[in-house]
Amino acid sequence: MMAYIIRRVLYAIPILIGVNILTFVLFFVINSPDDMARMHLGVKRVTPEAIESWKREHGYDKPLLYNDRAAGAARFTDTIFFQKSLKLFQFDFGLSDSGRDIGYDISQRMWPSLAIAVPVLFIGLLVNISYALLIAFFRATYIDFWSVVLLVMMMSISSLFYIIGGQYLVSKVLHLVPISGYDTGLAAIKFLILPVIIGVVGGIGAGTRWYRTLFLEEINKDYVRTARAKGLSERLVLFRHVLKNALIPILTGVVVVLPLLFMGSLITESFFGIPGLGSYTIDAINRQDFAIVRAMVFLGSVLYILGLILTDISYTLVDPRVRLS
Amino acid sequence: MTVQPVILWTDALVFLLVALAVLFAWMARGREHLRAPWRYVARSRVGMASLVVLAVYMAIGLLDSLHYHPLLPKAGDNGHGPRHSAEIVSLFDAIVAPLRERSEKTYSAPLAWRLYAKESIERPDGTVYRDYPRLKYGGAHLKEPAREWGPDIRRRMALGLVKAAVIWAVVAASLALLLARRDGIPLSVMFGRLARGETAIPWRTVLATLGLVLAATLVVIELAAGYHVLGTDKVGEDVLYQALKSIRTGLVIGTLTTLVMLPAAILLGIMAGYFRGWVDDVIQYLYTTLSSVPGVLLIAAAILMLQVYMNNHQGAFNSLTERADLRLLFLCIILGITSWTSLCRYLRGEALKLREVDYVQAAVNFGVGHFTIIGRHILPNVLHIVLITVVLDFSGLVLAEAVLSYVNIGVDPSMNSWGNMINSARLEMARDPIVWWSLAAAMIFMFVLVLCANLFADVVRDAFDPRLRNSRD
Repeated sequence: MMAYIIRRVLYAIPILIGVNILTFVLFFVINSPDDMARMHLGVKRVTPEAIESWKREHGYDKPLLYNDRAAGAARFTDTIFFQKSLKLFQFDFGLSDSGRDIGYDISQRMWPSLAIAVPVLFIGLLVNISYALLIAFFRATYIDFWSVVLLVMMMSISSLFYIIGGQYLVSKVLHLVPISGYDTGLAAIKFLILPVIIGVVGGIGAGTRWYRTLFLEEINKDYVRTARAKGLSERLVLFRHVLKNALIPILTGVVVVLPLLFMGSLITESFFGIPGLGSYTIDAINRQDFAIVRAMVFLGSVLYILGLILTDISYTLVDPRVRLS
Repeated sequence: MTVQPVILWTDALVFLLVALAVLFAWMARGREHLRAPWRYVARSRVGMASLVVLAVYMAIGLLDSLHYHPLLPKAGDNGHGPRHSAEIVSLFDAIVAPLRERSEKTYSAPLAWRLYAKESIERPDGTVYRDYPRLKYGGAHLKEPAREWGPDIRRRMALGLVKAAVIWAVVAASLALLLARRDGIPLSVMFGRLARGETAIPWRTVLATLGLVLAATLVVIELAAGYHVLGTDKVGEDVLYQALKSIRTGLVIGTLTTLVMLPAAILLGIMAGYFRGWVDDVIQYLYTTLSSVPGVLLIAAAILMLQVYMNNHQGAFNSLTERADLRLLFLCIILGITSWTSLCRYLRGEALKLREVDYVQAAVNFGVGHFTIIGRHILPNVLHIVLITVVLDFSGLVLAEAVLSYVNIGVDPSMNSWGNMINSARLEMARDPIVWWSLAAAMIFMFVLVLCANLFADVVRDAFDPRLRNSRD
């Protein structure tokens, strides 16, 4: 088991290097730092000196890969690739283009993101599984049919509509909770209720439909027929057999997104003015702050790969058959 | 020559896609195993109903993909022959020219005859008072709008319904006539079968859907002749026109994204599964790396870089339209790069299974070349997976466009798209009284398209994957 985990972690290293090279190419090779400087300074008042000083301020005034003016190891370390890209491996994100410490910002902003993402995930899971079980219990009846119709319609509505419509209805018409904002500590709850509810409702369509398919697939299997033939009640069959076995794909699907919860949701956070990592990323995109976007790309990939490793491990834990292969 | 056609990049690809679809249909015509799933689709009521609606969207999208430089009005004929405007418009623009040209000053509500906000108006005698000014076009034909408005709207709607009923009756009658002649039965019997829904292909459902679509279209056409059916936006542009123009953007994103990713996904996926060994390792490494970058961030990074590039190379684009078009294409490619990995993984698994099948092993032992085997035996056996993926991805991509445009990393802000409409509508919700029509229009148009695409995709998946069909019932 340990060897398996170590192998999985080792396998992640070349992938992270690949991501690193990809971001490096995307941010520094396709467009040179000169282009970035010109973009930031505006096209009109660009002088070569202004570009140089912008690059010096942000540490982009080095060669990309090889510095022939330095001596010894500094030939490779005093380059953009080493300073900006390789340092990401130490989780040293450096300064943003506006001069703030990215690592500190991330550590501050991940908590509001988690405060929304974690409840959305777990309440959503509870709601979706209960609803899907209900549909599975009433399968091939009108409840099943109209539920599926409802779910497909809910899937077809843009997430933007849930947010705008929910904000309008709950905050503006009914005045139940503030439209947007954030506070520290427990005072944050009144700001969190609406985004969490909207997040859960927005996920019902796709989530419940997927779980319904899983349950129905499981219900048609032989061991379920055996259980029924033994004379077990439908309730027992559903909860003791079907639910337990269908939970395997559901759980692994959840484990894969667990680490990514840190990243928050771009849209929800920006609509509700929550100072999480999602709105951090959006602000960076709108301000064209390349350093932050680069850091977030790398962080996101690390978390995704972590999710994959956790999935593999959880698979071996819940399904012993996988361990053998 | 009256017009000078322009073929934008996305236009070319859209028509390539249409050509591919026609070619595929022609190939499938003579092959029973390919026709059978489509027959299943054709016999599904949900499938045919959503297909009718999708066809309307596609027709608008295709008309909107025929671009040209319009002829300039003959200002001064100085011997240069006809002169063309630098502007690029589409055939669809020409058809709905009144919608495009009749713009008001600012916001106006759907079907309104006066502006949304009060303004100072000067009477002929020089005194000034504050009131809602009349619109330039919306309801301009009414002499006493306060009294005539209601009856006029009702009259136009009734007229639209009557016209729709006439067209629908003609279509229904000719369909019955055609079917009766084909089956060699009297027309009256055919009418009875149609009315009771006893035909193999659910023509009754098709006709019902068609009736609804016709009624909606003709009522809107009648109303649009005198009003702004969905109101106007901040700069007075007709919202209905914007929503209709956005159809093409949505369709292009939904279809071209999968089209541009298909070659890579199919080739790499099959090669990884078929050759195994180091080829498999390299390809797996490639797609794991790409898929481990969160999609939104990769798109954001790529679009940011594109903006930098376009800013620094402004001379490379002839017009705003071409620039917006290239950005759209680029967005499709980037979306394709982020979404090809799942299909590739799927195809690899399938190819792994197929290479062990007896007839493939036999072909290997006969000394058939690898690429012949892939083309002859493996590719045809994974095409249904490709098709299912293409259809299933469509609705997700249409929805993704709206979200990306909202974050400003979607299509060009100058391009009509539902995402851009929602993005600009976001501030309008805070006005008092609220301006809801832009948002509602974008949402409804998007909802209908995505809903039909979802329903159709389900039918197609059931048709091509019988294993799923059995376990789902």
